[in-house]
Amino acid sequence: MYRTREGLGLWEHRGKVAAVGIGHSPTSRRWDGNPATSVGAQCILAMRQAIEDAGVSPDQVDGIVYDTSTTTGAYWPEGQAVPQDFLDAFQGTSEPLDGIAKLSAEWLIKNMPELTNVKFTMVGPGCMSNALVVAAQAVGEGLTNTCLVVKGWHNFEGRYYQGGGNAKDTVTGRAKWTNLWAGPASYTTAMQFQAYCEKYGKTHDMMAPFVVHERAMGLLFPEGFWAQNRPEPLTTEDYLAARWVAKPANLYDNDIPIMASAAYLFTTPERAKDMKQKPVYILSVASDRAPTRGIVPILEECEEATASTGRKLYEGAGITASDLSFENMYDGFTLFHQFHIEGLGYAGIKRGEALDLYQTDISNEGPNPVSPSGGNAGSGRTRFWMHTDCIQQLQGRAGARQIKKKAEIGVSGGPMPMGGNFLIWSANPPV
Amino acid sequence: MPKQSPVPEDYDKPFWDACNEGRLVVQNCKACSRLQHPPESKCPQCGSGDNLEWRQVSGRGKIYSYGVVYDSPVRVLQADQPYNVAVIQLEEDPGVNMLSHLPGTPVDEVPVGASVKVIFEATPVTGQKVPEWQVVS
Repeated sequence: MYRTREGLGLWEHRGKVAAVGIGHSPTSRRWDGNPATSVGAQCILAMRQAIEDAGVSPDQVDGIVYDTSTTTGAYWPEGQAVPQDFLDAFQGTSEPLDGIAKLSAEWLIKNMPELTNVKFTMVGPGCMSNALVVAAQAVGEGLTNTCLVVKGWHNFEGRYYQGGGNAKDTVTGRAKWTNLWAGPASYTTAMQFQAYCEKYGKTHDMMAPFVVHERAMGLLFPEGFWAQNRPEPLTTEDYLAARWVAKPANLYDNDIPIMASAAYLFTTPERAKDMKQKPVYILSVASDRAPTRGIVPILEECEEATASTGRKLYEGAGITASDLSFENMYDGFTLFHQFHIEGLGYAGIKRGEALDLYQTDISNEGPNPVSPSGGNAGSGRTRFWMHTDCIQQLQGRAGARQIKKKAEIGVSGGPMPMGGNFLIWSANPPV
Repeated sequence: MPKQSPVPEDYDKPFWDACNEGRLVVQNCKACSRLQHPPESKCPQCGSGDNLEWRQVSGRGKIYSYGVVYDSPVRVLQADQPYNVAVIQLEEDPGVNMLSHLPGTPVDEVPVGASVKVIFEATPVTGQKVPEWQVVS
């Protein structure tokens, strides 16, 4: 299912899979307990929007790719009963937390009676990037013809990843190799960024233009958290004065956990001709599955992995870095975005040059748009804004974020530099 | 610095037993001639668990990089914030790394590239010893 090796040539389904419809739920910081805003309900809402946006009838949908995990780092309290009003509002499954802190295709289909023709379901675990790659391959292989790809995130009361095993005096499982010494999720990226700064003579302050840009683009993303809930610009001064979480990662280098869901409708170019929106063609997919040797991946492993990802993507799509109109690589920690774009050689940069690029015009009006979506830093922790933006940019409906230069080919994917999944998108079919 | 006590499991018990004896061991795949840490039930390279053995290493290494943690989700670490977390590359194979609070090194004054040696600290709840690293002066 995953294209993990170099040397495979053009992707066998290059240009034969298209994204057409987009759906987004509203965003919120945490679940308010209302069944209508549960993660399951939000997924249904996003899926219905994607169907409507594409202009298909629900009975034409024959596939669903989804993720069973919906956690942002918050877990349903052990032993706490699922609220009765939630149970009354939805058809349940044998998994009590389905729709509230987990997701299954069975739950979605039971609660979307209009989906009468779903014959294919598959899990794309971890994040939307994985689900999109799975869906692209499935449509290409003919396993599904009109496929919804959905990802939902729940967030509950309490601080991120506090509680559970982290609150205990003993540690079991794989967590023991990190919990004894480390802490926040951004630690590993912070350590890699520290190595990056020492290797290339860069500083954390040089991140400011990028992070400020991300929030600015997030405020132009009507579907996003900051635009909907806290329309507050971020200044360079705010960024430089922010408290450390894991130095050199500060508060704004970390994305804010939120509740939100999104869905996309994938199909074949032939089917897309009859749909409401302009198709966006997928030229290539790639995944990184390189194993690491130590407890944490070091900078050099990240650099090797991202360079390989770039080569796989370009090889599969039959393009070069200079063909990219923009990039939407993952930013949810901001301090690894440069690993992604240096691996791609975006805008002609080489290793150690991304932060120099950030000091130039990286705006959506400029010659080298960097993360025109604003990413997770701009709209909250969902790992899907970059994909929505790629589709919207190439359909010409990114609104105030629409890049000034002609949007022809974009790239998105993530999450981490190692272990991620990535796609090349095009406004036009390959010639 | 107090830490959670790791609970040994079948696949990693030899590592923790060695720590209690003041020895540092890592896994080696005899088929691949490749060291690995943390322990696994299989070699990620060849996929076999049959060729894994435990090899004692010198307990010497170098500091690769570090971060300073100000906001840990792990409760027992929070009282000591901010604290260093350094990545230690083993002398026998820099591709294998471990983490350390670098006891004795002031916060955010980490000498990247410096030589370090292993020590073993007892954790409070079970007494299980865990590896830590100190800068060699």
